[in-house]
Formats: sequence, C-alpha cells, structure tokens
Amino acid sequence: MSLFKEFSKGIIRENPVLRLVLGTCPTLAVTTSAKNALGMGLAATVVLIGSNVVISLLRKVIPDKVRIPAFITIIAAFVTIVQMFVKAFLPSINDALGIFLPLIVVNCIILGRAEMFASKNPVLPSALDGAGMGVGFTCTLLLMGSIRELIGAGTIFGFAVTAGHIEPMMIMTMAPGGFFVFGVLVALANKLADKMGKKPVEHTGCGNCHACDGCSACESKEENA
Amino acid sequence: MEKLTVSANPHIKGAATTQRIMLDVIIALVPAGVASVIIFGWRSLLVIATCVLSAVISELICRKIMKRSNTISDLSAVVTGLLLAYNLPVSIPLWMAAIGSAVAIVVVKQMFGGLGHNFVNPALIGRIVLMNSFAAAMSHWTLPVMYQSGADAITTATPLVQMSNGTAVKYTDLLFGTTGGCLGETCVIALVVGGIYLVCRRVISPAIPLVYIGTTALLTFFAGFDPLAQTMSGGLMLGAIFMATDYATSPTTTLGKVIYAIGCGAITSFIRIFGSIPEGVSYSIIIMNIVTPHIDRLTRHKPFGSVKAKGEGK
Repeated sequence: MSLFKEFSKGIIRENPVLRLVLGTCPTLAVTTSAKNALGMGLAATVVLIGSNVVISLLRKVIPDKVRIPAFITIIAAFVTIVQMFVKAFLPSINDALGIFLPLIVVNCIILGRAEMFASKNPVLPSALDGAGMGVGFTCTLLLMGSIRELIGAGTIFGFAVTAGHIEPMMIMTMAPGGFFVFGVLVALANKLADKMGKKPVEHTGCGNCHACDGCSACESKEENA
Repeated sequence: MEKLTVSANPHIKGAATTQRIMLDVIIALVPAGVASVIIFGWRSLLVIATCVLSAVISELICRKIMKRSNTISDLSAVVTGLLLAYNLPVSIPLWMAAIGSAVAIVVVKQMFGGLGHNFVNPALIGRIVLMNSFAAAMSHWTLPVMYQSGADAITTATPLVQMSNGTAVKYTDLLFGTTGGCLGETCVIALVVGGIYLVCRRVISPAIPLVYIGTTALLTFFAGFDPLAQTMSGGLMLGAIFMATDYATSPTTTLGKVIYAIGCGAITSFIRIFGSIPEGVSYSIIIMNIVTPHIDRLTRHKPFGSVKAKGEGK
C-alpha cells in the first residue's frame, strides 16, 4: 500500500509539472502536439526511473559535498542512452524534440527527485517514485499536447478530428496558448488536490505534522527506522 | 434622539456608479456603431450583437460556475463586447466573434477576479487572440457599401496598408470612415464625438487620448509620414479614446497618465514605422497596461506636508 502510494503521488497529488511546478520549460516547449508530448514524457520517464535507481543504489557511496555533480553525471549517462536510442529508432521524434531531448539532463524534475527522494531512500521506493513522477509528467504533457493540438490544429496524434470542419485557433500551438493551457491545468490540479486532501489522512509516521499528507518522507522514514 | 451610526469612510459618495459610467461609455460608443452600420451595412449590427451577447452570457456562466455574485447589471460586459466588435472586420464569421468575446471575459476578466482586477484590457486580448488564431479572417477588409458596385462584396486594404504601399488616402474618407477597416475604428468623427461626450461627463480625463494621439503624430511626422493621415487611420482614435482610458489598466495620477500615453504613442509609432505588421495600437496599449502598476508606484502623490523618513527611498 505504501509502495503504491510512492507511485501514485506523482500523478495528481505531487504532480511534478502541475503541483511542484518543475520542468516547465520542456512542458511549454514540446506540447505543441500530442506526439511530441508523449515522446518527451516517455524519454523523461525512462531517464527518471534509471537515474533514481542508480542514485539510490549509490546513495551511501556518493560523498555529500559532490552529490550534485555526481547526480548530473548519472542522469547525463541515461539521457545519452535514451538520445541514441531515439535517434536510431524514432528519428522523427528526435527531429521534433530537437534540443529539448539532450536538455532532459537539466530537467529539474529529474534532479529534484534525485536530491529529494532517491538519495535518501532504498531502491524499490525510489524506482516507484521515479515511475510515478514519470507517469505524472507524461500524462500532463500528453493532456497539454492533446488540448493544444486539438484546438490549435484540429488533430490529435496527426489524425484529423475537427480539421477541415472548423478553422483551428492557431494561437494554441504558439507560446501564449501553451501558457494558457498550463495555467488552467495548474488551477484544476490544485482544485483536485484540495478535494483529495480533505479526506481523513492517517497520521502514522511524522506524528501530527500538518504537512504530513504533502510530505513523502513518511512511510520511508518508518522503513528505515 | 437620533441613533448615531458608526461606519468606515467614505461617508459622502458621489453619484457615479459603475453602472452609470459604463452606460456613459455605451452612449459614447453609439455614434461609431451607427457609423459602422452606414459604412459597412447591416451585418455590422449582427457582429456587434453577437459580441455583446457572447460577452454577457460568458460573464453570466462564469460567475455562476465560480459561485460569485451576478454582475451583469454593471454593464461592463456589454462595454467589453461592444469594444471587441468595433475591433473586428465586418466579414468575420460570427462564431469567431463569439469566441473572442468569451476569451476576453472568461480568461482576462473573470479568471483574474472580475471587474477592476483585469491586468490588461479584455477586449484587446480578445482581438489579439483572434488576430493570432484566424489571421486570414481577421484581415479580410470589405469596401464600404457606398463604394461597392454589383452584388459581390469587394475587398480592399486598410488605409495604413495603402499608405505604406504609396497610395494616397483622401482625408475626407478618413474623417467619415469610408475606408476599409474594423467596424468601429474607421469613422473618426463619430469616435471624437463619443470622446468629447465622455470628457464632458468627466468619465475620462482628456490627458490620455490627447497625449497618445499627439505623441503618435509627432513621432510619425519625424519619421517622414503624414501625421494627419496617420492619426486618423487604423485603430488609433478608438484605442486612444476608449481602450487606453480603461480605469483598471491605466495610471491614476495625471503625470502617470501622461507617461502611460507617451508610451502608448511611442510603441504604436514604432510598430507602424519599423514593424512588420501595419497596426500596433492593440499591442502598445497592452504593453503599457502591464507597465501601469509600476508607473502608478513611481508617480504616487506625496501626502501633503509629509517628510520622507530616512532610508525609506527604496
């Protein structure tokens, strides 16, 4: 149950893009179409899971003072692998994502999870945390990409939906449309998370701390103890 | 013995209410609307009605969903709808006009907290969204009905485009508005009449329109354009009189208003002189709207007799 929570928290409650507001740059840049969004989301998810696992394994080896360069090196290794893979098998995605594919190295979500979670937790929760965050990131990007592509071009994944019948609103595929969809989704996610937060939460680990249901250290603390 | 009522100030209120001010603006906009029907035919009335209706319905639904009080009766949505309609070409498909109004009300006004909380002019954002979404439909200019011959509507270019192509435009055409352009922006006489009404009713101060138009005339003159034709064409009159003077998005002090209007005029002129788009009124007003809070802070009145405390400067 607690392991499932590590996974599920990334989807809405601690959604990296909409609740933690990390990785905004690739989010706004690549969500012009559903296909690009999905490609970016999956690539980041693979990197996220890989780096979380390796960093978690090495968390007792890496000296505290040089942990950030060490994390970045590990993340960069995974990004390089993903990039080579995408270049070899999905060249069209590689062209569409352009510079944003190698830039996954500096995506704050990945470094953020390494610093906040993987460097303090065992392998399995870290992997699940990475997977959950990745799924949350991918879902958000896919949603944004689909909305922007549908309204901005009348298609989804390149298939005509309203294209040819209704003139598309081009502004949605431009930067203002990205910011607009982003803002609306953040508002919706906040509303949704507020509603979920009203459910009674069992205070097990950190006592009666009010930040408990927003904090992910709880279950893992118990396990470590 | 009479009861003593204790309440917070202000204790004496003027007669001006939001509703009264908005009604004045609507009255001031009527001449331009009448002119647009005469110049572009009955379809302009249809566009105006669509925009106003869409704005009012959007406001109604939005307030309902957000569980806020109903504010239809303050007429601000009607004004937004009217202003947006005046910024559209007569041939615009009606559903596009409706979308523009909805965007203006929902995104710019209600999402930021309703009347007085909008950070830029809602009607202008409606126009810019439509402009960037449906570029073809938004730059399809029909020749005024008095110049039409035959059954098919003939298209034309706006005076600004004509002038940049080297074609001379008659002053009388500009004055009476018998040129291609948006619904409410062409007839200078009607707009000026509306502006004078607003100044006489003390709804707007003349500072913003005069300085805005003056700056544009001066700068375009120095750039080698015909300042008279420049000020009378495009959306300048409509923008300077009705949109730049929006209370929520323009500075409160007179000095602030002058700085704001110079900024509007300068950006408009720069876009017209150097820009790749023929008209820059909407963008210039939006940019100065965003700067307004800073202008307000810089030009704040000092309380009478106050002494600046040490280190309070920043």
